[in-house]
Amino acid sequence: MYKILGKKKVNRVVEQMTIHAPLVTKRCQPGQFIILRVNELGERIPLTIADFDRKQETITIVYQIVGYTTALLSNLKAGDSLVDLVGPLGQPKPFNNFKRVLGIGGGVGTAPLYPQLKQLFKHGVEIDTVIGARSYELLVLEDELKNISNRLFVVTDDGSKGSKGYVTDKLKELLECGEEYDEVIAIGPLAMMEAVVAITKSLDIPTSVSLNPLMIDGTGMCGGCRVTIAGEVKFACIDGPDFDGFLVDFRECIARQNYYRAEEHECKLALKGSIEHEKNKN
Amino acid sequence: MKRIRIKMNEQPAIERIENFSEVALGYTEEQAQTEAARCLRCPTQPCVSSCPVNVPIPGFITEILNNNYDKAYQLIAGENFLPAICGRVCPQEQQCEARCVKGVNAEPVAIGSLERFIGDWSLNQQHTVKASKSKHKVAVLGSGPAGLACAAELARVGIEVSVYEALHALGGVLRYGIPEFRLPKHVLDTEIDKLKRLGVKFYTNVLIGNSLTVEDLLQEGNEAIFVGSGAGLPRFLGIPGENLNGVYSANEYLTRVNLMNAGRFPSSPTPVKSGNEVIVVGGGNVALDVARVAKRLGAANVTIVYRRSMKELPARKEEIIHAQEEMINFKLLSQPIAVTGENSEVTGMECLSMELGEPDESGRRRPVAIENSNFILKADVVIVAVGQTPNPLFIKNTPELAVNKWGGIIVDQSTMSTSIDKVYAGGDAVTGAATVISAMGAGKRAAQSIVRRIM
Repeated sequence: MYKILGKKKVNRVVEQMTIHAPLVTKRCQPGQFIILRVNELGERIPLTIADFDRKQETITIVYQIVGYTTALLSNLKAGDSLVDLVGPLGQPKPFNNFKRVLGIGGGVGTAPLYPQLKQLFKHGVEIDTVIGARSYELLVLEDELKNISNRLFVVTDDGSKGSKGYVTDKLKELLECGEEYDEVIAIGPLAMMEAVVAITKSLDIPTSVSLNPLMIDGTGMCGGCRVTIAGEVKFACIDGPDFDGFLVDFRECIARQNYYRAEEHECKLALKGSIEHEKNKN
Repeated sequence: MKRIRIKMNEQPAIERIENFSEVALGYTEEQAQTEAARCLRCPTQPCVSSCPVNVPIPGFITEILNNNYDKAYQLIAGENFLPAICGRVCPQEQQCEARCVKGVNAEPVAIGSLERFIGDWSLNQQHTVKASKSKHKVAVLGSGPAGLACAAELARVGIEVSVYEALHALGGVLRYGIPEFRLPKHVLDTEIDKLKRLGVKFYTNVLIGNSLTVEDLLQEGNEAIFVGSGAGLPRFLGIPGENLNGVYSANEYLTRVNLMNAGRFPSSPTPVKSGNEVIVVGGGNVALDVARVAKRLGAANVTIVYRRSMKELPARKEEIIHAQEEMINFKLLSQPIAVTGENSEVTGMECLSMELGEPDESGRRRPVAIENSNFILKADVVIVAVGQTPNPLFIKNTPELAVNKWGGIIVDQSTMSTSIDKVYAGGDAVTGAATVISAMGAGKRAAQSIVRRIM
């Protein structure tokens, strides 16, 4: 069992949990992820290690309550335990000798961005960060990122905080002002990463993206997470999750992401039904 | 009187395609006695030498005849700790039964069915397992057939064994790969419980290499490490359209159903697309398992596409017959060349017709494409079951380990030792996808060589 030591609400739909996971913290690196199951019948879901503390043997995960399992996860509180948690999985993000990096986080994708930028910050890299969300209440880890960024830009679709628009608007603006970066690290919805790459590719600014396709085992066994990188099939679980954004077939990723949409809906309805049933019983 | 071989009773095909319960129902006591009496107890015992773990077959069959099932069990367990599993999934027709002297002018003795009879009998017994205690410690990576066999052999002589499993449930391919109707999970659970009673410690959710390393395990006082990490990486066909929605690897499809209970969606939250027109590519046991699972999930038509003819189909004969009874179609001499799709979803598969040419190095006649013979099969789900290569994860994280060009760990065949001192390996991690029993044989050989070295 994997004990939840702390839990807090990040915003209306995003939560953060600190979990005791000594085997994970022994060797985990930024860019890696874990897979967890909430209960005995639960599905396996991958989540990025958003932060870790080797001394305390804890990892932090940040998740948005979007589906069945994240809703179940959200029902747990500090002191409860998860039945299963395995990791670290995936490849650590390779860090080259960068001097100046632009981080771009969209929505809850800001959570996996944070450990990567934190690592760069520790190595003295100068970081600019753009974070975006639909509205101010959906922003994630703003304070944490402010602490490690030279400049932090906030963008919201509705203009409720920071500038109004998309993260790509801010990216264009920065580049048009003549800002230069050794690398852009963009993590967020697939469509956002695709849009970022469309801009950076034309200017040949190396861009790293993080993919989170559907996966079951996370150890290379099922092949469900396969993605096409430069025309070649790769497994995100063992070859990724970070890839060179220029080489990713985003259209295929988006199609594969949506394959179980009807089932996700059915599962959510079932959960909603059972929660209401519980409520009525009480 | 010349008796004919007794066949196990089976669930009728028309009923069983509606459920996941076991197909073959096992012998009654009377059937076991009758079949046991067919054994000639010949002095040469070719059956024993063709068994990868050398079970004393005529010996245990004699004890069945004597009504001494406990003795029969002890005789089998002395060589093979998992008879209820092997009795079900071993390809006996290619091993012990292939060499059975009775088979020269009659059907061979049903050794597998008899082994299963004793295995099942033992599941209901509370054996007091005697294990001497020693001060030796060994770590086993992977709880599949190789790891379990190795752990049993080590624990038997009193070695403290820790088994590390990456998934959340034990059994490896016996859990995620082989469907319930061929190997019920309660059989697997009971066999694993026996190992627990023998003192073996199991740890799930541990990925050696990523969290703990070989170095860590040696520092913790393990005197040897056995790597049975299995054949984890699915092969694909490398044809256009293979990443369309609706294309699964056999591993993914089976894992969703066997490990994650997708058949019970939505009460189990992991889904699987059951499909209506399902194509399974490949001709091995895994392909047949997949096809029969698809049928049980409700697919109207399930078709196996294989590039050679029925004669070369590598699956077990018994399973081919079962599949045919379950109305699985066989589209033979057909080579897939593309998966077709619309709006990112599978709509069919384009194939070429083949004919058989000269035998290749495997001795099977090589399939040769017939020009302009392209045709399209309709499909909404395609499952690729053309084999797996060894799991790359452990190897990636253990760079000093020598591997061959297919990613198989290189071992000394007599000792199963690898290029790293104190590290042994066996099973599919060495050979690529093979049989349960050959993996168990390798695990056992490695254990024996570990015992020789440390005790």
